[in-house]
Amino acid sequence: MSILVLAEHHDGALAGATAHVVAAAQAIGGDIDVLVAGEGVGAVAEAAAKLDGVSRVRVADSAAYAHLLAEPTAALVAELAGDYSHVLAAASTTGKNVLPRVAALKDVAQISEIIAVESPDTFKRPIYAGNAIATVQSEDALKVITVRATGFDAVAEGGSAGIEAVDFVADNAQSTFVKEELAQSDRPELGAAKVVISGGRGMGNGENFKLLDGIADKLGAAIGASRAAVDAGFVPNDMQVGQTGKIVAPELYIAVGISGAIQHLAGMKDSKVIVAINKDEEAPIFQVADYGLVADLFEALPELEKEVG
Amino acid sequence: MKALVAVKRVIDYNVKIRVKPDHSDVDLTNVKMAMNPFCEIAVEEAVRLKEKGVATEIVAVTIGPKAAQEQLRTALALGADRAIHVETDERVESLGAAKALAKLVEQEQPGLVILGKQAIDSDNNQTGQMLAALTGLPQGTFASAVNVEGDKVQVTREVDGGLQTVELTLPAIVTTDLRLNEPRYAKLPDIMKAKKKPLSVTTPAELGISDASRVKLLKVEPPAERQGGIKVGSVDELVDKLKNEAKVL
Repeated sequence: MSILVLAEHHDGALAGATAHVVAAAQAIGGDIDVLVAGEGVGAVAEAAAKLDGVSRVRVADSAAYAHLLAEPTAALVAELAGDYSHVLAAASTTGKNVLPRVAALKDVAQISEIIAVESPDTFKRPIYAGNAIATVQSEDALKVITVRATGFDAVAEGGSAGIEAVDFVADNAQSTFVKEELAQSDRPELGAAKVVISGGRGMGNGENFKLLDGIADKLGAAIGASRAAVDAGFVPNDMQVGQTGKIVAPELYIAVGISGAIQHLAGMKDSKVIVAINKDEEAPIFQVADYGLVADLFEALPELEKEVG
Repeated sequence: MKALVAVKRVIDYNVKIRVKPDHSDVDLTNVKMAMNPFCEIAVEEAVRLKEKGVATEIVAVTIGPKAAQEQLRTALALGADRAIHVETDERVESLGAAKALAKLVEQEQPGLVILGKQAIDSDNNQTGQMLAALTGLPQGTFASAVNVEGDKVQVTREVDGGLQTVELTLPAIVTTDLRLNEPRYAKLPDIMKAKKKPLSVTTPAELGISDASRVKLLKVEPPAERQGGIKVGSVDELVDKLKNEAKVL
């Protein structure tokens, strides 16, 4: 078997998710190639070559692949897919955008967001917002799969794979990149952070999210939010943890003023240790929390900030 | 411009699901069904495009059992002009759905196809992208804004870390994310009128496609239950437990 992993990268750096996808590829077994597509992605390719278990990095460096638009990127992956038994990508917005298109171009099914590999053709994946886990078996010769990064521990860095250029340049007259508005933050990204502290509707307003800043600074944490907090306009959408937002599984997850709707739990219940701070002792979040503190968050947060770090 | 909107009948999002005791699937007997929430957003967007004078006709499509006509009637009540039901009792996978929709795109020649980004049952998030590949059309997935101008459409997409805007040539495929719009409720007179709007029925066989499954569903299990932990009495105690018991600080 041979596996092609589509690398994820942002701002010229390899994204952490790729090391998790390579781990999923190792669980399947076989030779692992990483495809780095983009414009000016030399450093990304070098970072990918260092991932353990990677035998070769293939680089398609061209303006055609800038911003990894779905149309040219899928055409590229489909062009190369003939050499492989599996094509994998992270279940990120990039992977989810590109891989179904690849699968349809190759006339095969796509398997979304796997969380475990049972065998090279059988995988586990959450359905119904994580309220059930399906075991599915692909009958296609080529398996096209997106991987939920939190389901697999990242591979280490210690490899030195060879880097080869791919000449294929896809035509694309159908889509053009207009602009990107990305949230600027010095904090770790939600999906990769070891500690996440999230606020819910109980925070009251957007201004009060600043109460989380000091704790996040001390713990090196990313700051998240529940959908209720996002819908109430407290914070932007990209901070949302939940089935319809980011799926996280950090070492420590601190839920503050979050009641624990199913939609939120689906996004964080695989965290190693969960702390809930809520003044309503009946809040469902306490049913999944390892440590629950029934308290007014406006009193508990300043105290917590003082005591940690 | 004609807009084609695909909708799916799924379990109502408020219903807590149960896995069948034999672990063969999720138990859907006597469970309330509804239009997939992302599809409601797709219908709403099409209706708004018509209200703006951009879309001239809205065709709603579903693929599924006879009962899925309820969701087509809902789409008609919300403002779709006519509906097409691709009737099948098989479990429809994304690729099969995309193939059926591709045939309908060929027949109907819409300027824009709008779909939900994913159905809340299988959580696949595939059909729109696959339809785009099969029809050779560009795709604007996870849309939070859709602006048609002349023969192009600008789609603002919800991506990890923020927003990305792309410009696509028409015809194009758009899939909706949650914040694209807030769907309206159907009014009673519109629900009555919807009963008289045209609804045609076809089948995968008539469209010349196979709906045979490519992915076997071997087993469906409930997720591992997380054990609730303990309540602590103070921030002091919490920090102590995190440091000395959980060892995460």
